Amino acid sequence: MSKKRSIGQILGPLAIPLIAIGILVIFNLIRDPEFFSIVIKHNNDGNAVLAGNLISIVNGASELAILAMGMTIVTAACGGQDISVGAAAAIAGSMFVKVLKSVQEITGVTVVLAFLAACVIAMIFGAFNGTLVAVFKIQPMIATLILYTCGRSIAYWINGGATPSVESSILNAWGSFIPGIPIPTPVLIVILMAIIFGLLFKFTSLRLFTQSVGINESAAKLNGINATWIKLLSFIILGVCVAVAGTIGVSRLGLINHETLLLDVEMDTILAVAIGGNSLGGGRFRLSGSIIGAYVIQMLTITLYAMKVPSTDVKAYKAIVIVILVVIGSPVVKKKFSKFVGDLRRKRAARSENSEKGAA
Amino acid sequence: MEDFKIKKREPFSDTKLLMTITICIFFGMYILAMIFLKGGFLHFQQIGDLLNDNTSLIIVACALTIVMIGGGIDISVGAVTSLVVMSCVMYLNSGGNIFVSILLALGIGLAFGVVQGFLISYLEIQPFIVTLAGMFFARGMTTILSDNPQKVEHEGFKELMSSRIEIPWLGYTANNGNKIPFRLEIGVIVAILCVIAVFFLLRKFRLGRNFYAIGGNQTSAMMLGINVKRTRFLSYVISGLLCGIAGYCFMMHTGAGNATNAAGMEMNAIASAIIGGTLLTGGVGSVIGTFFGTMTLTTIKKIVVSSGLNDPWWQSITTGGMLCFFIILQSVVLKRRQKKRVL
Amino acid sequence: MQEASLLELRGIEKRFPGVLALNNVDFTLQSGEIHALMGENGAGKSTLIKILTGVYPMDGGSVTVEGKKVHIASPQDAQNNGISTVYQEITLCPNLTVAENMYIGRDKGLMVKQKDYEKRADEILSQLQIPARARQQLGNCSLAVQQMVAIARAVDMQCKVLILDEPTSSLDDKEVNMLFSLMRDLKARGVGIIFVTHFLEQVYEVCDRITVLRNGELVGEYLVEDLPQVQLVAKMMGKELEELNSLSETEEKKSATGETFYEAEDLSSSAAFPFNYSIKKGEVNGFTGLLGSGRSESVRAIFGADKVNSGTVKVKGKPVKINKPIDAMKNGIGYLAEDRKRDGIISELSVRENIILAMQVMKGFWRPISRSEQEAFADEYIKALNIKTASRETPIGSLSGGNQQKVILARWLLTHPEYLILDEPTRGIDVGTKLEIQKLVLKLAEDGVSVTFISSEVEEMLRTCSRLIVMRDRHIVGELTGSDLNQAQVMKTIAGGEAKNNE
Repeated sequence: MSKKRSIGQILGPLAIPLIAIGILVIFNLIRDPEFFSIVIKHNNDGNAVLAGNLISIVNGASELAILAMGMTIVTAACGGQDISVGAAAAIAGSMFVKVLKSVQEITGVTVVLAFLAACVIAMIFGAFNGTLVAVFKIQPMIATLILYTCGRSIAYWINGGATPSVESSILNAWGSFIPGIPIPTPVLIVILMAIIFGLLFKFTSLRLFTQSVGINESAAKLNGINATWIKLLSFIILGVCVAVAGTIGVSRLGLINHETLLLDVEMDTILAVAIGGNSLGGGRFRLSGSIIGAYVIQMLTITLYAMKVPSTDVKAYKAIVIVILVVIGSPVVKKKFSKFVGDLRRKRAARSENSEKGAA
Repeated sequence: MEDFKIKKREPFSDTKLLMTITICIFFGMYILAMIFLKGGFLHFQQIGDLLNDNTSLIIVACALTIVMIGGGIDISVGAVTSLVVMSCVMYLNSGGNIFVSILLALGIGLAFGVVQGFLISYLEIQPFIVTLAGMFFARGMTTILSDNPQKVEHEGFKELMSSRIEIPWLGYTANNGNKIPFRLEIGVIVAILCVIAVFFLLRKFRLGRNFYAIGGNQTSAMMLGINVKRTRFLSYVISGLLCGIAGYCFMMHTGAGNATNAAGMEMNAIASAIIGGTLLTGGVGSVIGTFFGTMTLTTIKKIVVSSGLNDPWWQSITTGGMLCFFIILQSVVLKRRQKKRVL
Repeated sequence: MQEASLLELRGIEKRFPGVLALNNVDFTLQSGEIHALMGENGAGKSTLIKILTGVYPMDGGSVTVEGKKVHIASPQDAQNNGISTVYQEITLCPNLTVAENMYIGRDKGLMVKQKDYEKRADEILSQLQIPARARQQLGNCSLAVQQMVAIARAVDMQCKVLILDEPTSSLDDKEVNMLFSLMRDLKARGVGIIFVTHFLEQVYEVCDRITVLRNGELVGEYLVEDLPQVQLVAKMMGKELEELNSLSETEEKKSATGETFYEAEDLSSSAAFPFNYSIKKGEVNGFTGLLGSGRSESVRAIFGADKVNSGTVKVKGKPVKINKPIDAMKNGIGYLAEDRKRDGIISELSVRENIILAMQVMKGFWRPISRSEQEAFADEYIKALNIKTASRETPIGSLSGGNQQKVILARWLLTHPEYLILDEPTRGIDVGTKLEIQKLVLKLAEDGVSVTFISSEVEEMLRTCSRLIVMRDRHIVGELTGSDLNQAQVMKTIAGGEAKNNE
C-alpha cells in the first residue's frame, strides 16, 4: 500500500510534463518511426559522434535546462520570476570572451579562469537583483526589468562594442564535443549541474528553507529562518546557472553576440518551470519537473521543424500548446471537471440503486 | 476629541504623489538639457519629434496602465501591435479601403483582448502565462502572414501617412535661414486623444474607478459589490482595443509591416508606466503619469545621444539606470507612507 | 413594552462536518440599542454573525427583521434587509478616496457622480463627526478613521442593523472614544448595533445589553446594569460564581525555587506595552485573561517574534539581545504560536519536514539532518504524541487541526528547549490528548525546563502552573501564586477588583 502511494507521490506532480513528453513522442513516432533514431556520424574533427533528432533535442535544450534549474529556485523562494536571465547570460558570455581574448594563449587554465570571471560577474548581478527583491521588497519581475532593459547593452560595452570571436579547440570541446566522447558536451554539463544541485540539496538545508520561505514566509521566520538571505541566495545560485548557460552559448558558436545570445530565453525558462508542475507563486518545487519542461519545449520546437514548419511560425504553435496546457491545469477547469466526474458517478450510483430497488 | 483636527492641506494620494514626482523629474531633466545641451532641445520641434516617433508606445503604455491598475499584466501588447500592422498593410495592399482597415485593426486588438481577458478572468489563469502565449501567438501569426517586410502601396494611405499638422509659430529657423514650422503627425493627435479618453475613463467612469478598486484590494472590491471578474475582463478588452489603435498609428509612422516591429515595446510600455507611477501590484497609477513616463523614457535616449555618448550601449544603460532609480524611489516613498499610517 | 424587536433570531442551528457550531441559539436586538455579543473561542460568535450577514446558510431556525421573517442567502440579501457589517480587517480600498469608498459598488450608472458623492460624503462625515474629508485618500487616514468611514457607508445605506466585529482591537484609547461617540449617535438615530468584542471595560462603557455564548449555546441575555463584571467573566468561562466558591481548593502548588532562567525589564514590542517578567528554571507559569487581553503579544515579545522596541533581557543571568526568533532559539527558548495556520504549519511540506524544521534551523544551513535521522525523529514523535497521519510524508495541510498542533509541538520538543512557551497548545485537541499535554508540561518542569502555558481554559492552567500572570485589556493586572490559584480568584482578578498589581 505504501509503495503504491510513494510511486504516485513521486510521479503525481510530474504528470503534466511527462504526459506532454509522452504525447510528443507518440506523435512523432506515428509520423515518422525513424524520428528518434540515433546514428553515428563523424563531425568536422573526424571524431565519431552521436547525431539525430533525439540528440538535437537534448543538446539544444541544455542552456534552457540549466537556466530552468536556477529559475526554479528563485521562483520557489520569491514567488516571482527573473526576466533578465537572457541579458545576464549575455553579460556572462561577454566577460568570458573578454578574458579569453586578453591572454596570449588559450589553455585549460585560462578557460577555467575566464569561466570563473563570468561566474563572478553573473553572481554580482544576481546579488543586485536579489537585493532589490529581498531587501527593498520589490516584485521580482519589476526588479529584474532593470537588467532586462540594459543587460545586453552592458554586455556590448564589456567588449567595447564588438562581437568578438574566439577560436580554440578547448572551447569547441566545451560547446560541442570532447574528442572521444560521442555525447555532446552541453548534455554532459546539464547532467553535471543536476548532480551539483542534487549534492547541494543533500548537503545543505537549501530545499527545506527555500520551500518554507516560499510556502509560508511568516512561519518560516518564526522558526528562525532568515528569509532575506534565502531569497538573496536564490538569485546568486541563478547567477551561477546564468554563467554556465552563457559560456555554453558562446562556446557553441565561438563568438559572443550580445544581441542574439539566448534571445528571449527568459520566457521559455519561465514556461519550463511552469510546465514542470511548479507553482509560479512559489513554494514546493521539483527541479526534475523544470528540466523535463525544458526538454518538452525543445521537443516541441524540433517536432515543428521536422514538420517543415518555418522557424518564424513556431512561436504561434508553441502558444497554442501552452494555452492548452494551462487551461487544463487551471483551477477553475479542474473544479468543473471533477464536479462533472462526481456528477457522473452519482448518476451511475443512483441508477444502479434504482435498478436494485426495481429488482427487489 | 478636539485633538483630531483635520489637516488643513490634504496629503497627496499615492497616485498623485508618484505622478507629480515623475512630472517634476521630467521637466527638470528637460530644462537641464536645454541649458547644458542646447542644440535641438531649444526647439519645440524636439518635443514634436519625441511625440511623432512614439505614438504607438504612448497608446500601448496607456493600455498597460489600465491593466496594471487592475492588478494584472499584459506582455503581448508589442506582438499584437505588430500583428495589426502586418495585417493592415497586407489588406491595404490587396486593394482594401482605409475605413475597413481601421476596423480590421480594432478587430484584431479586440479579439486578443477578449480571449486573453476570458482566460485570465474567468478561467483564473495567471496573466503572465496567458499574455506570454498571446505574445508568441501574435508574433507567430505575423510571420505566417508574411516573412518579408511589406511596404504600404495604398495611395490613400500614403497620403494619410505623409500629412502633417503644421503650426508655424512653434517652429524654428534652420541654419540656412529657412523657417521650418512645427510639424506633427496625425498619429500624435490620435495618441493624445487616447490619453485623454483613458484619463476620463479612469477618472469619471464607474468602470475606471472599479479598476482601481479591484487592483487596490480585490476582496474588499468584491464585498463592496463590484463584479471583479467582469471588471478585470474588461480591462484586458480595452487594452486589446488600444493595441489595435496603436498598431494603426505604428503603421502610419513607418508605413511597413515587419516581423520585428514593436519588438520589446511591451517592456518599454511597462517601464513607462512604472516611471509614471503605476504600481505592478495594482490600485495606483495615472495615465498622465504614464504619458510623462513615456516622455521621460524617450527623452533620456535623446539626451544620451546629444551629450556625446555615441556608443550604442549608453541608451539602454541609462534607461536601465533610470528605471532602477524610479523603482527604488517608489518603494522607499511608499514604505515610509505606510509606516506613518498604521499607527 | 412589547413592541416588535428590530431583529430576532430564534433557534439558530448550524452544523459543520463533525461539529455543532450553533445549537438552538436565540438573539434579540432592539432598535436604538447597543448590544454586546460575547464568548470565548469556539463560542459561536463569528458563526452567528456570518449567518446574519449571509456568508453561511443556517441549518435551522428563523430570522425576523422588524416583524417580518426573512431569508438571508447571500451578503446581498443581508444588505437588502438593512443589515450592514464592519469587519475587523478593513474591507475598503485604501487607494481610493473616502467618498469613493462610501459609494463604490452601489451605483448603477455609467459615469461616476464625483461631486455628488463628495458633497454627500462630507455631509455625513460632519454629521457623524468623523475627522476625514471626502477627497482624502482612505489609506492616508488612521485605521480608526477608516473603520468609521466603513460605518459611515453602512449608515448611508440606511442600515437598520449595524454589526461591528471587533472594531476596537487596533485602536488606542482616544480612537475608541471617537468610535463610541459615533455609536451613541447612531443609537440615537434608532440603529441597532451588535458589538462583538472581548474588551470587558468597553462593554460596560457603551453597551445596553449583553448576550453570552459558550460552546455554540446561548448562556443568556442580560442587561448591562444587572450583570457585574465578575459574573460576566464567570458566565463566559462557563462557571457560576457560587459554584466556584464552593469548589474545594486544589492542591497547593509549590512555587518553583531556584535560579531565574529568564528575566526581562521594561520589555515592549510593536504590539505589547512595556512589562516586567521573569521565570525560574523548572517553573511552569501561565498568562491568563480573556481573548485579546495581550497574552500572545507578551510572549511574542519574549521570543522576539514582533519588533522589539525596548527592554533589557537576561538569560541565566547574562544579558542577551533577543530581537529575532533565532536569537531566542539560540538561547534555548521555543515558541508554539497561537495561530498555527499563519505562524506554525508549512502546509505543503510533510509531517516529517515540519517536525524537524526548527531543529534544522538551529543546526544551521550547512549541517542538514540526514534523511534517516529525520525519519527516526519523525517516527519517534508521531508515536510519542499519537499523531494520526497516513504516513510521515503526508503533507501537514491534510491533517486535522489537532494533529497539526501535535506536529508543531513535536517540532519544538525536538529542539530540547530550556524554556518552552506554549500559546494555546490544547486548542482544537481532543480531551485525552489535552491531559497528555498537561502531563507532558509537568514532566518537562520536573526535568528542569521552564514552561509558559497559555490556555483559554483556566482549569488546565491551574492544574499545571505554579504562577499565573493575569492580563486585561493589554496590561498585566495581577500575579497569582499559592493559595490564590483557584478559579474564583482568577475570575475576580480578570474582572477587576482586588489583587491589582501596580503598574
